[in-house]
Amino acid sequence: MDNIAGQKSSLSLVTNIAVLLIVIAWLIPTVGLFVSSFRDRDQIAASGWWVAPFSVELTYRTRADATPTEQGNLFVIEGNIFESEEVRESFEDGESSIAAFGLRGREPGAFEAGTEAENRDGGTIQVNADGTYVYTSPEPIDGAPRVYFVAETPPEFTLDNYRTVLTADNMDRAFINTLTVTIPATIIPILIAAFAAYALAWMDFPGRGLLIAAVVGLLVVPLQLALVPLLNLHNQLGIGQSFVGIWLAHTGFGLPLAIYLLRNYMVGLPRDIIESAKVDGATDFQIFTKIILPLSFPALASFAIFQFLWTWNDLLVAKVFLPSAGDAAVMTVKIADDLLGSRGGDWGILATAAFVSIAVPLLVFFTMQRYLVRGLLAGSVK
Amino acid sequence: MSPVIQGIITIIIGVGGCVGYFYFANLFIDKVLFPARGENAGRNINRANMIRPWVFLFPAMFALGLYLMYPVVGSFFRSLYDRSGDEFVGLGNYARLFNNPDFRQAFLNNILWALVVPAGATFLGLVIAQLTDRLRWGNIAKSLVFMPMAISFVGASLIWRFVYAQDGDIGIINAIRFYFGAEEGIDPLQIPFWNNFLLMIILIWIQTGFAMVILSAALRGIPEETVEAAIIDGANPFQVFFKIKVPQIMGTIVVVWTTITILVLKVFDIVYTMTGGNFGTEILPSFMMDFMFRDDGQATAVAFVIMLVVLPVMIWNIAQARKEMR
Repeated sequence: MDNIAGQKSSLSLVTNIAVLLIVIAWLIPTVGLFVSSFRDRDQIAASGWWVAPFSVELTYRTRADATPTEQGNLFVIEGNIFESEEVRESFEDGESSIAAFGLRGREPGAFEAGTEAENRDGGTIQVNADGTYVYTSPEPIDGAPRVYFVAETPPEFTLDNYRTVLTADNMDRAFINTLTVTIPATIIPILIAAFAAYALAWMDFPGRGLLIAAVVGLLVVPLQLALVPLLNLHNQLGIGQSFVGIWLAHTGFGLPLAIYLLRNYMVGLPRDIIESAKVDGATDFQIFTKIILPLSFPALASFAIFQFLWTWNDLLVAKVFLPSAGDAAVMTVKIADDLLGSRGGDWGILATAAFVSIAVPLLVFFTMQRYLVRGLLAGSVK
Repeated sequence: MSPVIQGIITIIIGVGGCVGYFYFANLFIDKVLFPARGENAGRNINRANMIRPWVFLFPAMFALGLYLMYPVVGSFFRSLYDRSGDEFVGLGNYARLFNNPDFRQAFLNNILWALVVPAGATFLGLVIAQLTDRLRWGNIAKSLVFMPMAISFVGASLIWRFVYAQDGDIGIINAIRFYFGAEEGIDPLQIPFWNNFLLMIILIWIQTGFAMVILSAALRGIPEETVEAAIIDGANPFQVFFKIKVPQIMGTIVVVWTTITILVLKVFDIVYTMTGGNFGTEILPSFMMDFMFRDDGQATAVAFVIMLVVLPVMIWNIAQARKEMR
């Protein structure tokens, strides 16, 4: 619109760069999570995810386990450190570069690679950058001596975190629980709301305006108010903290938005169609099921997406209406209460768990984005 | 696997029950109660049409009444009783709250959230909507900014831990500080007062997409003539934006602003996951969760305070809706 009057906007380049910067800023946190979820635990601890494609210097512990030989009055072990048993797996091609080495766990990088270090018993040890080492001792060598070294390690991306999260931490169960909570809690309110929305949009009865105003008002009622009285009610009814309880709760909490969105959409449907159907003798029920419902598909879809995202991502309702201990935890509760406590420092696992929990909503979001946007607009812009 | 089966049964019973209810109730009115034949056919049709709306509305009204209206009253009454619910204490719970420095802190923080987050998200959303408006890859950019909407607050909090972490090999902020020669890592979430803003950034990050989508549609709805006329009169792009476009979409901006404000007043996940309300970051909903399951009297009192804070927005919303209906 800026160049309608014939002048090419000089701001075009600036705009492009600005938007690019904004998008990058918006993506960086998520990318960090995504990259970290594929990284090896030691690598996460050693370098930031932004340098994940590059080698990191990691510390290793191994033994000089080549066969000792006797040379003059010295006992000598010669070999390549990368071939020693304990680290062989990490260096499959047997090559890397060593930055430093040491003899004690407290200072694993005490000596630079290529220098000769003196051992306590008067012997020496030298580890070169290419991994070859010479260990000498004036006395017979009894068992393979310990060596620590710091080596450039190639970047390593694994699915191990995913395996751990999906098998070890009961996360698979939580995933299924989340699905179990989400699907009924999405479908049932749609049905109830659709009928109510039709009544509020196209049927004439006293008190209609008042009811619509009530629905608009209820949109705003904070969820927190409902927690205590409803939990008590559920306990009295014998539902207690259970899946049934959380389905009912989500249904109740989702209804105002559902009715509001659907009514706004249905009111906009062409009056002629409905009136000619009535003239032809269709009952309200037939008009609703045969005309209104099919025509309202976009609005139904957009509310379904909203409700799905909302119930999937919910933490508060699940914390209150599902039992806190045991097998019923959903993923958000699992992450917020269990994982952050027990694995607070294990960033790889945390990142993976978070990514598993946001994968489904993201998928829904990117495939159904059109409907989501349409629903948002139906709700907010007149 | 039992919850899965339970879930499937619920779907069948729930959906079947709903469909059955509507179908048979409708049939009952038409065939049994007021059949549209015989001598009273005309009067019966009218009567059936008077009842039918209420049949359609009943399940929704019942659920709304039970899950949203009753709690307002129920919570209020519960907040007048003590911890166990046996002894009437009047406004004692509220008095205790207002004497509790943690509550005052939470209340002030909540006000701060309700001011900063909607302002930040609406402003950024408006700017991004305008910037991407004429861009060839604008839709991709929008969809990426919109993406956090799909992420749970818990997921978002974890994502932002990778920004705020104290370890310079995990958190970007500390990595940048180290790059510029800082000696020691800091934990940004423990900086008094400012840590609140760091948490707000997370919610702004999530909500900007929402504001952007709606404001972008509103910007497109502006009549082109007004903008053209301004350009011909020699307005520069900034003047066009601030003096022509923004005033015309003021109504939508207000709607976006209030919607985000309402959301802010309910959010507790972010604070709960990031700091657990420590280091002076408590807000009312997370403060309430401290009492939940322990002291229902105080928990409901906090909930009611949240309700009172939301009340003006609710009244404004209803007034707005009534105006539109006329």
